[in-house]
Amino acid sequence: MGPRLPALLKDAALTAFVAAALGLFIVGFRTVDIGSTKGLSFDYQFVDLAIAVAAIFVGRLGLSMAAEGQRWPALILGGILGVVGVSSVNLPSTFLHWFVGLAGLLVIGRTLWPSADRALSRARQSPGGRTVGRIGARWLGGILLACAFLMPMMPFADQKTMDLGVLILTYVMLGWGLNIVVGLAGLLDLGYVAFYAVGAYSYALLSTQYGLGFWSVLPLAGAFAATFGLVLGFPVLRLRGDYLAIVTLGFGEIIRLVLINWVDLTNGPAGVGDIPGPTLFGAVFAETAPPGHRTFSQMTGIPFDGTQRLIFLYYIILGLALITNLFALRMRRLPVGRAWEALREDEIACRALGLNPTNIKLTAFAIGAMFAGFAGSFFAAKQRFISPESFVFIESAIILAIVVLGGMGSQIGVVLAAVLLIGLPEWFRDLGNYRMLVFGLAMVLIMVFRPRGLIAHREPSVRLHAAPPGGGG
Amino acid sequence: MAYFSQQLINAITLGAIYGLIAIGYTMVYGIIGMINFAHGEVFMIGAFISLIGFMICSLLGIGSAPLAILLVLLLAMAFTAVYGWAIERLAYRPLRGSFRLAPLISAIGVSIVLQNYVQLAQGARPKPGGQIVSGGYNLFSADGFDVRVTWLQIIIVAVTLVLMTGFTWVIARTPLGRQQRACEQDMKMAALLGVNVNKTISLTFVMGAALAAVAGMLFLMYYGVIDFFIGFLAGIKAFTAAVLGGIGSLPGAMLGGLLIGLIEVFWAGYFSSEYKDVAVFAILVLVLIFRPTGLLGKPEIEKV
Repeated sequence: MGPRLPALLKDAALTAFVAAALGLFIVGFRTVDIGSTKGLSFDYQFVDLAIAVAAIFVGRLGLSMAAEGQRWPALILGGILGVVGVSSVNLPSTFLHWFVGLAGLLVIGRTLWPSADRALSRARQSPGGRTVGRIGARWLGGILLACAFLMPMMPFADQKTMDLGVLILTYVMLGWGLNIVVGLAGLLDLGYVAFYAVGAYSYALLSTQYGLGFWSVLPLAGAFAATFGLVLGFPVLRLRGDYLAIVTLGFGEIIRLVLINWVDLTNGPAGVGDIPGPTLFGAVFAETAPPGHRTFSQMTGIPFDGTQRLIFLYYIILGLALITNLFALRMRRLPVGRAWEALREDEIACRALGLNPTNIKLTAFAIGAMFAGFAGSFFAAKQRFISPESFVFIESAIILAIVVLGGMGSQIGVVLAAVLLIGLPEWFRDLGNYRMLVFGLAMVLIMVFRPRGLIAHREPSVRLHAAPPGGGG
Repeated sequence: MAYFSQQLINAITLGAIYGLIAIGYTMVYGIIGMINFAHGEVFMIGAFISLIGFMICSLLGIGSAPLAILLVLLLAMAFTAVYGWAIERLAYRPLRGSFRLAPLISAIGVSIVLQNYVQLAQGARPKPGGQIVSGGYNLFSADGFDVRVTWLQIIIVAVTLVLMTGFTWVIARTPLGRQQRACEQDMKMAALLGVNVNKTISLTFVMGAALAAVAGMLFLMYYGVIDFFIGFLAGIKAFTAAVLGGIGSLPGAMLGGLLIGLIEVFWAGYFSSEYKDVAVFAILVLVLIFRPTGLLGKPEIEKV
């Protein structure tokens, strides 16, 4: 243990003290409504608070011991926390079980991390490891793609799984679209959902008011969203990065408020309903077709089944997402794509080299908006009902979290992050209430520990041959 | 005329609250050049701690309103300041020197965490705060319309004025303020000259959070109801105020807060209350496009 123990204890005590001060009011005094009469009363949660603070004390002690290289005491402390977390000890709430258990996991992970990291990087540096890594990087995408294609044919693909698949792919597509703006061009767009809303309302209104079909509106929706992107982007793209972020946020809110308040056009908070779904060569996916259409089963002779529509939607969004991906991958190689990345790395240098930053940013912004517009009109066709509720800031934050978590600029990272952030909470329904908490926490932790994302790709796509690998810009 | 005067009084009250929040944005931006996106949430936490503080006061039987307000003010400032300190320590300090957008993304994460933390701990329903101060003073009446200033409005403006004067004095005259200004100009040089940069930045966050807590308390007293989501809108409006006044400038934040209060109240009073938030956002966009340095800000020179 050594003479450092008192100092570590003091540090842990201080941390616990700060945690107690943070939690004292917000956690300790839970305000509850009493009846319908106005007024609140307290539901005291001091036991919960004390347990959480104790876990923080032990956890902090374990973490700092791990940092000092005292592995065994740290492992023991982490083990204690973990055992308390998973055991049937009667903690007041499930949340506390999670909290204590995860604290234990954190301590154990932190203790074992250095050796694991060393082993990993040694494996990665070895010639065999490099080959495996290169092959892995090449084939991971292919394997995922094959899985995605075969998913609807699998026996486990019931309605729920397909729904989830469509949802994840929608976010993958949005992530890829935003990746062009944030990952490649380095423009932080906090109002991405506004373009999504423009696309969704374009399709919803054009189809319900003018009877246009999904496939003819799809390019229009993209064009509308891109136009919005141009109109917004033109004046604001001269701004510095963080100002741009806030302006796009403001723009997102403006769009939402207009959707709520322009009742004549958008039907306000009540939303637009009865939106027709997409058709396949004029065939609708329903039991009976509206006049002038035939159903899918009439066209092909396959008997009607409720999941056909979902499968169809699944392949549409898969196709759209892949187009987004392909587009982004090809753009990266074009002069304009290289200019995006150059701009992200160093705007002043770009200016000095004669690039026009505003135009370059504008293309990225508009293209990103266009894909959000596509995704939006798909969303409207899938949901068949949209309202401004679906286009709140938190959606933008979720898409951004997917991009950030995946590693800005990384295409495959977006897929993994979308599966992680959208898929996991849907599978573990218990997590529902804590989903956004975990989201926010993940964003902070990734910025602190792995600012390049879980699967990083911030290297420019094109380099001079002689440049050393990993050399900074 | 009467209607106008009444709106003016309401606008100044609202502007005072925005100004208090805006100072937190402006001080942090001035010193480390980041938008503390979570500042609105700190304001929300301050409002919740005030609500709980007032409830504790009434449980303890503290009947006198001035005493209760003073106690809750100190309590909320102290405990919200801990939040400000902890956020900086945990989510921003490790990112100093990381790429440019990292602190902003981290701040968005903090903001989401705090919102959901309060929602989980305190519930999602709006919380009624009860009326702590009632009554007012009729200034004059015209066109059959009483122009009235409530005691609460007087308290809000008075508290704001006292605190702003105090903080301006701290920045302008004390060693701490000098260190803050030094860090603002050149952090590395300040460190070489013996300024404890980390401590100064921490204290900046503490001061900003304390002022946001005051704003939270005043907001609670003024509107009488709060929920876990109030920080988002108030935060953006206060940020707009900070930008409008010239980010980094303390008097600018106050001026900007006042202007945003005026715009919002008069827009709602004369045009439409549905679009008052759109008006504020539009102002933000317009200011950033045409005068990114704000009304009282210094032009920013980007160095390589």
